[in-house]
Amino acid sequence: MHLDHTHSGPAALSADAHRPDGSHRALRIGLGGPVGSGKTATVAALCRALRDELSLAVVTNDIYTREDAEFLLREAVLPPERITAVETGACPHTAIRDDISANLEAVEDLEDAVGPLDLILVESGGDNLTATFSKGLVDAQIFVIDVAGGDDIPRKGGPGVTTADLLVVNKTDLAPYVGSDLARMAADAKDQRAELPVVFQSLRRERGVADVAAWVRERLAAWTA
Amino acid sequence: MARAALLVLADGRFPAGGHAHSGGAEAAVKAGRITSAANLEDFCRGRLHTAGLVAGALAAAAVLGVDPGDLDAAADARTPSPALRTAARRLGRQLMRAARAGWPCDELDALARRFPKGAHQPVVLGLAARAAGLGPDDAAYCAAYESVSGPATAAVRLLSLDPFDATGVLARLAPELDRVAVTAVEAARRVPDEGVDALPAASGPLLEVGAEWHAAWPVRLFAS
Repeated sequence: MHLDHTHSGPAALSADAHRPDGSHRALRIGLGGPVGSGKTATVAALCRALRDELSLAVVTNDIYTREDAEFLLREAVLPPERITAVETGACPHTAIRDDISANLEAVEDLEDAVGPLDLILVESGGDNLTATFSKGLVDAQIFVIDVAGGDDIPRKGGPGVTTADLLVVNKTDLAPYVGSDLARMAADAKDQRAELPVVFQSLRRERGVADVAAWVRERLAAWTA
Repeated sequence: MARAALLVLADGRFPAGGHAHSGGAEAAVKAGRITSAANLEDFCRGRLHTAGLVAGALAAAAVLGVDPGDLDAAADARTPSPALRTAARRLGRQLMRAARAGWPCDELDALARRFPKGAHQPVVLGLAARAAGLGPDDAAYCAAYESVSGPATAAVRLLSLDPFDATGVLARLAPELDRVAVTAVEAARRVPDEGVDALPAASGPLLEVGAEWHAAWPVRLFAS
């Protein structure tokens, strides 16, 4: 691959770990998962948990609106110049996997505009269980499902559940009301994922996003090491 | 140099950002101008002979070595809608990334440096074709085909149109596409003597107006 790290060089192509000026770029973490599983709420909680210790930014991939970006703006989790929305032409999985050019442009523009950044969160539009991020776009990915979507999802597997670097089972506070068996979900996830980590989370409980935030800090430590 | 590079460049799955753009189809659907395969064909025919012809000529001229800065200015002059100019530059920047990965060369790097926020997509397409060892006719075909394949694919998503009907539309337009490509290359060949004014300046006013309208929507599926 023809890559150029000098200051006058043209922009990077994709996952190159350095920016055109030779500096180390931000760690990019993707968040994917079905519609309504709590991706945006997790992003908002992560921003609140990490914004005082890290320089971070968010790219959202709304399917047909700017709702997710506007939710983050309304909640004021980050200054507006640190949140960018990418339009995906009705195909959120295409924009994060098959043709990542608009998302790459968004992360690079964020680093140029408000950088240097430590971390960029790339949130996919809600999609299906097969949606995964390209390694050309993100360094690690979190797949977010929730207990109300059915406790058989970990058993069904699929690329998101099986291969994501972190699986988050969200809304555990709802489990008693929707008849989801958390022990069964944990056992099925273990079968599908072997040693890959799983976090059970309720953003309404005191612990909130703490486990996911801890995982992000570990990834960042490895990235900057 | 391989002719088959044209297949790579013209492939709808070539990762250059086109999937998020409807080529004006989303605005036309909302305005009630595209409702079926029949008027999708009318829409595509109009786009082919206006935006498609201009894009084909720009791309062919870039293959022939005309200065990309002159061509970019010519593209600006032929695109009245600011929203369309923005979309064309964004797509040009995205195509640049894919082209540099596919056919790395100094000329593409220089263009990326000169236009860090993107040159008009047909200009980048022409230089990508040139980097791939393709000719002006190849670039013109690719640009002209994209001018109709984008809206046809978008209409399938927007109207739940039968995908076989949409493919039929593209197939029926093929002979006209041939003629547009020939006209585009003829114009491009005159540029070295006559300057960029020799390039066609056809435009569809409703495409330009529709693009401005579309860009102001709060809710839409496609970026343009």
